[in-house]
Amino acid sequence: MSEGAIRNQMTDQTNEVRDIIFGTLQAALPQARPLSGDTRIIEDLGLDSVAVMDFVMEIEDKLDISVPLDKIAEVETLGDLVATVQRLKQAA
Amino acid sequence: MPVLDKYAALAAQYRQLEEAGANPFNVKFDEVLSPTEAMIGGRKTLLLGTNNYLGLTYDPAVVEAANAATSASGSGTTGSRIANGSYGGHARLEAALADFYGRRLGMVFSTGYQANLGIISALAGKGDHLLLDADSHASIYDGSRLGYAQVTRFRHNSPDDLATRLRRLKDEPGEKIVIVEGIYSMLGDTAPLKEFAAVKREYGACLVVDEAHSLGVLGETGRGLAEQAGVEADCDFIVGTFSKSLAGVGGFAVTDMEGAEILRVVSRPYMFTASLPPANIAATEAALQQLRARPDLRRRLNENALRLYRGLERLGFELGPEPSPVVSAIMPTPEAAFGLWAALLKAGLYTNVSLPPATPRGLALLRSSVSAAHSPAQIDHAIALFAETGKGLGLANAAPALAAAK
Ligand SMILES: Cc1ncc(COP(=O)(O)O)c(C=O)c1O
Repeated sequence: MSEGAIRNQMTDQTNEVRDIIFGTLQAALPQARPLSGDTRIIEDLGLDSVAVMDFVMEIEDKLDISVPLDKIAEVETLGDLVATVQRLKQAA
Repeated sequence: MPVLDKYAALAAQYRQLEEAGANPFNVKFDEVLSPTEAMIGGRKTLLLGTNNYLGLTYDPAVVEAANAATSASGSGTTGSRIANGSYGGHARLEAALADFYGRRLGMVFSTGYQANLGIISALAGKGDHLLLDADSHASIYDGSRLGYAQVTRFRHNSPDDLATRLRRLKDEPGEKIVIVEGIYSMLGDTAPLKEFAAVKREYGACLVVDEAHSLGVLGETGRGLAEQAGVEADCDFIVGTFSKSLAGVGGFAVTDMEGAEILRVVSRPYMFTASLPPANIAATEAALQQLRARPDLRRRLNENALRLYRGLERLGFELGPEPSPVVSAIMPTPEAAFGLWAALLKAGLYTNVSLPPATPRGLALLRSSVSAAHSPAQIDHAIALFAETGKGLGLANAAPALAAAK
């Protein structure tokens, strides 16, 4: 594969991960809210630590990966989460 | 200094509870009268939230053992087992626990919290993998942060999800350590331990079971869920506490694992804290003797548990999934939990409020725990108070509405 093709494939995968994360989160929130890569998961969405872990569990199921708790703890924004999940998905 | 500013929102909520004169997180007992009664705010109050499962806190043999030990060996040990030496009582209690469980090694910690910290952090080292039930107690989560293993959580009580996660780790180096509880402290549900044991065997993982709320409650001889489920041989470590059925303070672990003595010099929460004082050690040993000699306590406890569970169920409260000495009513909101809690206390009944993130799935709980020391009449009285106050607040008979709202 050319470098460009690899990059395109990675972008596709990032988009897929992003769609899954945003979709899962929208479904979990009591009301629809605008979400972006900059949305801070705890401060902006008012989720507590357990709610965040529960929401990550949904994503783990959908992508067949396990996200270690220390990686979840490092995540602040949805963009961080997409990047973390993306890395784990690639390593899996 | 702004160091506490991060707690501003929480502090405001806490202040509100204080100002309302009903803060479930700051209750003062003027005087404790017995395992089931205390004076609170000048009123004689029925205790239904003290985890005093076998009601042994005032047992004459237990109290006498504590008094005698203080007279003989003094008030405190003034140091740790490692640096300052063990007393005879420590070794005796460890032997008594090992004998009770039929295991080679017993190890005593200064609290149940520290037993989890000490066992989990020592077993799960760098490069290992720790798998926790999602509803694990705070001490298990904290223990997982004290060690250097990679930590993931599996769905509560789901052997399938545990298997999925172990499968993902199949080709990874490092030991796999799995932690579950006997009875879960928030909703009183038990783990499907037989199924967990099968998964553990399939993947060659190490299984740790925290029997904090099931010691003295479950099993033919009171050893807990592992005994009841018939899978003790698969449970590599049992962890537990002295602070519930054993009516004292402290924690323990028992195991048959070869070489486990080494934990005494690698487990930091065991090493770097003062050992339990003689009175506490002697009282715990006496309580363990009572637990073993009096199976009727366990029978009475479970009868009381069932009586309360069925009673609250009849009132229409939505409860945890199965009867156990922990009986939690699921409230629609934290405010409803505070309201019912305060009304019950005013009526002379002490219970607990449990809120997220300590509870699973964001639930607000009005939590009760029963004791073998409760008389059936006391349980019935408690149910009557739930009926009166719950109806007044529109909470009794709310379960169908709750279910419909979901
Ligand atoms: C499941 C569980 N493990 C451990 C503990 C800690 O025990 P202790 O309070 O004795 O430190 C508790 C209760 O507090 C518990 O519920």
